[in-house]
Amino acid sequence: MSDTHAQTVAFVRDTMIPEQVPPVTERGAVKWLRENLFNGWLSTVLTVLSLLVVAWMVLETGPWLMRSVWDAGSLSECRRIWAEAGVPAGACWGVINDRLHQLLFGFYPPHLYWRPVLALALLLVALGPILFPWVPRKLIWFSAAYPFMAYFLLWGGSIWLPVSAALGFVVAGAVLVLLRPLGTLPATLAAFLAPLLWWAVAAGPFASVMSDLLPVGIEFVRSDRFGGFLISLVIGVTGISLSLPLGILLALGRQSDMILIKSICVTFIEFIRGVPLITLLFTASLLLNYFLPPGTSFDLILRVIIMVTLFAAAYMAEVIRGGLAALPRGQYEAADALGLDYWKAQRLIIMPQALRIAIPGIVNTFIGLFKDTTLVVFIGLLDPIGLSNAIRASSDWQGIYWELFIFIGAVFFVFCFGMSRYSMYLERRLRTDHR
Amino acid sequence: MAVTQGEAPRESFRLSMLLYDTRYRSYTIQIFALMLLMLGAAWLIDNTLRNLQALGKDFSFAFLWNVAGYDISQRPIEYDSTMTHGRAAVVGFLNTIILAIMACVLATVVGVIAGVLRLSNNWMVARLMTVYVEVFRNIPTLLWILIFGAIMTEAMPPPSAFRGDEPTASMAFFDSVAVTNRGVYVPAPEFSRGLGALDLGGVQPSLNAIAFILVVALSIWANRRLIAHATRVQNATGVRPKTWWKSLLILFGPVILLLWALGFHLSYPELRGFNFQGGIHMRNSLIAMWLGLGIYTGAFIAENVRAGILAISKGQTEAAFSLGLQPGKTMRLVILPQALRVIIPPLISQYLNITKNTSLGLAVGYMDLRSTLGGITINQTGRELEGMMLMMLIYLLISLTISGAMNVYNSRVKLKER
Repeated sequence: MSDTHAQTVAFVRDTMIPEQVPPVTERGAVKWLRENLFNGWLSTVLTVLSLLVVAWMVLETGPWLMRSVWDAGSLSECRRIWAEAGVPAGACWGVINDRLHQLLFGFYPPHLYWRPVLALALLLVALGPILFPWVPRKLIWFSAAYPFMAYFLLWGGSIWLPVSAALGFVVAGAVLVLLRPLGTLPATLAAFLAPLLWWAVAAGPFASVMSDLLPVGIEFVRSDRFGGFLISLVIGVTGISLSLPLGILLALGRQSDMILIKSICVTFIEFIRGVPLITLLFTASLLLNYFLPPGTSFDLILRVIIMVTLFAAAYMAEVIRGGLAALPRGQYEAADALGLDYWKAQRLIIMPQALRIAIPGIVNTFIGLFKDTTLVVFIGLLDPIGLSNAIRASSDWQGIYWELFIFIGAVFFVFCFGMSRYSMYLERRLRTDHR
Repeated sequence: MAVTQGEAPRESFRLSMLLYDTRYRSYTIQIFALMLLMLGAAWLIDNTLRNLQALGKDFSFAFLWNVAGYDISQRPIEYDSTMTHGRAAVVGFLNTIILAIMACVLATVVGVIAGVLRLSNNWMVARLMTVYVEVFRNIPTLLWILIFGAIMTEAMPPPSAFRGDEPTASMAFFDSVAVTNRGVYVPAPEFSRGLGALDLGGVQPSLNAIAFILVVALSIWANRRLIAHATRVQNATGVRPKTWWKSLLILFGPVILLLWALGFHLSYPELRGFNFQGGIHMRNSLIAMWLGLGIYTGAFIAENVRAGILAISKGQTEAAFSLGLQPGKTMRLVILPQALRVIIPPLISQYLNITKNTSLGLAVGYMDLRSTLGGITINQTGRELEGMMLMMLIYLLISLTISGAMNVYNSRVKLKER
């Protein structure tokens, strides 16, 4: 064979040509640039346009930021510093320096700042077992006790008020365990009614008797002293943690076969979703006095938390309903075939999957709720935006806008962006399909 | 073994079955819930009645016919402070609608562009759009509205900067648009041989606008007929007649003719005295709300658009290519119709959000429904209960209308499966 071959062609190469470097346009940075920035005329135009936009933004804000003044007690002091340096006005970050405590805590008594800070630190500990699987499971009991500890730390007063409130749940647990032999439904009903009875009848006297016997407490702080990011976090965290269970119940109610329950849930959800949050907040501040027995009045922050929770719960219900709808019918049928009752099927089969599907929507609702806490400024609570107006109204800082907006925006960005990243992590962690 | 025939022994009804038998338990629970609901409602109504009595108030909407006594800066229909609270509420409602429509249009344009560009192969543009989406999505709307409001009032030149031999500011778009710290002045359409306005007692719709809308609607209808005819001819003979020049003529001819007949021209804003005169004055409050809501919601729409396009599997594009369709036709005939099915429902719920967020107008002094009926009117008349109920009802009706439209759309584009 090789002989014939040798006769038909004059030359056969028996060694490989050494590999050559690719042309300069096909390697390294040039290739990357060609493929990612100048791939066709449209791409080139877009690149040039976006470079222009970036350059414009840098040129507009860069010099302003370069002339930042950090150490100043008022805007006029900033202006004097610029005038002495002979430069045009820049960023006067002195306002953040000067009013940082106010932006964070509002008018909370300065000698008690350790309390909200401790509450925040404990919040991180309490969130651990809920958010991350590697945190010891036993800590969940700490998370369960956290709301009462946080209330005690933030508002202060007698320790027996949060303790007697927490005892309601202990009563519920005890009733559930004691009545279990009578059957599930009576036990559940009793466990539902017993704490209500406890709170309505026994909790108040218990707290007052105990505080007479054993007066333990710390200084009480009124709600109108709360402000700044403290108020955003209090409303946001409470709303987030209460709206999820309420949303699940509403979503289940909407899917229910019982006509009455279903129509109640649908009406509630559609009503709440149909009106702006701000009208609900106004209802909380103006109209609640009409709907409650004459002479009762309760804390404005508490009313706002209730309204924000109801609002977020309606949205949450729709998101979870989406998750339930996305679940194949076979999952329900399989749960029925295993002989699980309704709540067991929900708890063990349906909800874990539906919630996993709904994670992005749930976290979006959380982020929306946290951002919506800024709306409380309209009913006179001093959230960061309300405080920025108040700071601007003082003679020292009249006419200061951008520095405050940038600071407030940056803090909100950190929280919300963090939440959305966590939801991505959670989706990756819980992904059970092909990996 | 004896074979038992006939029915099983009938179980007689026992009281405990109300709790333990699933056939009856749901009735027990529902009746229990109904009782709770009625008790709660009775409690609320009773409280309200007693509170109203204690305050010496009645429940009536008569205040809507009282003189309002306050001014509204932006008036789409005729209004002054001697008119009624009801009229003021209508003005506020119209302002809400105007703002909502403007913001929806802006948000759609910004969102679609940003969503498509975020999927672009161009690294720079894709990154820039990611930054835009993340920054706007993670910072509250209210802050954006305030920021745009501050940009308008603080960073824009005063009208006096346009004056003199060497003005420090100049008008944009060939001297037709003036951006000042008192608002934006844009050219206004005017008719030198206008038809005047209809008088319908209170509202005066412009006959020019009605004629314009009628002519446009008629031309669109005629164009549809033309295209339907072309399709019929194509189905019968296999050859599609050329229609593009006829379409152009039908769509634009009558409109241009009408505008010419009415003497259409633009009136440009001019600097007279201390301020600009002529043209349409868009106040800072409107601009701040418009940009704030539009660009903020645009970031959400961008994500919806991106998700919609990504939801169409690559196989669809490949199938279209293998059928021999060009890339443009692939997009128009295969990808977009499927992507729209995914994009439109969340898009409409974003429109719903914009409409509800217009109620933040109070922050920059925009006189929408909440600032008129739900703000000044309530403060002046002390009718919180009635005013809030009316306002919530109106918002609810707007929302239900929009979501009703969405449901109709959804059922029309639903995949027809066996």
